[in-house]
Amino acid sequence: MKLSVIQLTVANVRKDLRLEWRSRDVLNSMLFFALLVVVIFSFTFEPTAEESRRLAGGLIWTAFLFSTTMALNQSWARELRNGVLDAYRVAPAPAEALFFGKCLGNFLLVLLLECLMAPLFVLFYNLRSVGPYWQLIVVFLLGTWALVVNGTFFAAMSIRTRNRELMLPLLLLPISIPAVNHMVSATTKVLTGESSPVSDIKFLTAYCVIYTTVSFLLFETVLNAE
Amino acid sequence: MIAGLSDPTEGSVSIFGLKTRDALARIGYMAHAPLLYDEFSAMENLRFFGRLYGVTSDAPLQQAIKRVGLDPHLERRVGQYSQGMRQRLSLARAIFHSPQVLLLDEPFSNVDLDSAAQITRLLTEMRSSGATILLVTHQLGVLANSADEFLLLSSGALVERGAMPQASR
Repeated sequence: MKLSVIQLTVANVRKDLRLEWRSRDVLNSMLFFALLVVVIFSFTFEPTAEESRRLAGGLIWTAFLFSTTMALNQSWARELRNGVLDAYRVAPAPAEALFFGKCLGNFLLVLLLECLMAPLFVLFYNLRSVGPYWQLIVVFLLGTWALVVNGTFFAAMSIRTRNRELMLPLLLLPISIPAVNHMVSATTKVLTGESSPVSDIKFLTAYCVIYTTVSFLLFETVLNAE
Repeated sequence: MIAGLSDPTEGSVSIFGLKTRDALARIGYMAHAPLLYDEFSAMENLRFFGRLYGVTSDAPLQQAIKRVGLDPHLERRVGQYSQGMRQRLSLARAIFHSPQVLLLDEPFSNVDLDSAAQITRLLTEMRSSGATILLVTHQLGVLANSADEFLLLSSGALVERGAMPQASR
């Protein structure tokens, strides 16, 4: 009995989360990097509460962007160890299930990182949102998905190259710039409460839809590329 | 190419009259690398790969592990297995869905003589039940009494074909 794409996606997510729970490769490195950024910037600038609200958007997303990049490389490197990716390629399972499974697994891990780091940002930068918190949640969900879906796709593309740690940021960062601009802008708008982030949220939604569709359509070619 | 890992530069590959990608459910593949997650136990590995083939019950997975001489209840992670145990579990991963075509790359490397004999018996049983087995090995002697046909390759060229090659007797 062949399983559906959704069932196989769930199997992939469970597998990735269980592997991460046992090794903690990804979460430890993400957490350590994000923590370094928070602490170092806090001691370097010593911003006031007002300055923090203006700076925090850029700072938060810089920390999460680079942490995510580290995580994505490692999540695919795990599939190359012992040639496991080839076992997937010779199986009669759709490539999309692997892609969405990886995306969702990485998305959950980055969300976990964000939840763990949020109290530290509040503590170190004395952050209080002037705008509504629910908008902040929407921005973080969309922003994280935008980073993860592109990152998972480009990490799969660069995984077989010799300098994959260098290759992924080279591919991912330029294409993420428009999304990052709007994530930072939306976060700053909500934190300062000066204007509405709705236009940024609309942009991020469109960005997520477009890049998810393109990655979905191209992933099988990338997976089977020699 | 037969396993679907690379495309031919010329011509095409057809298995059971199907393109390779459409025949994957009927092919078992064991590579030189074990194709297993080090962090998982034998059953956890096979449960995941089983789902890719639509196998959701534990019974055929446990049976495959037993057939290669391992214990399906062993909780130890594959990363702590010896090379020979990994090799055998890799074979279990290739056969749990009872493939009609089995592709094996050096299944006897790092395996002791008893285990090699056990694997050979298993492959002979599969062949008798109608499976086609294509096996690459440097240890021809292990298969002296079981293989139907040998193709001896040297420097990328076919030098002998038929029963046990003269060169290795």
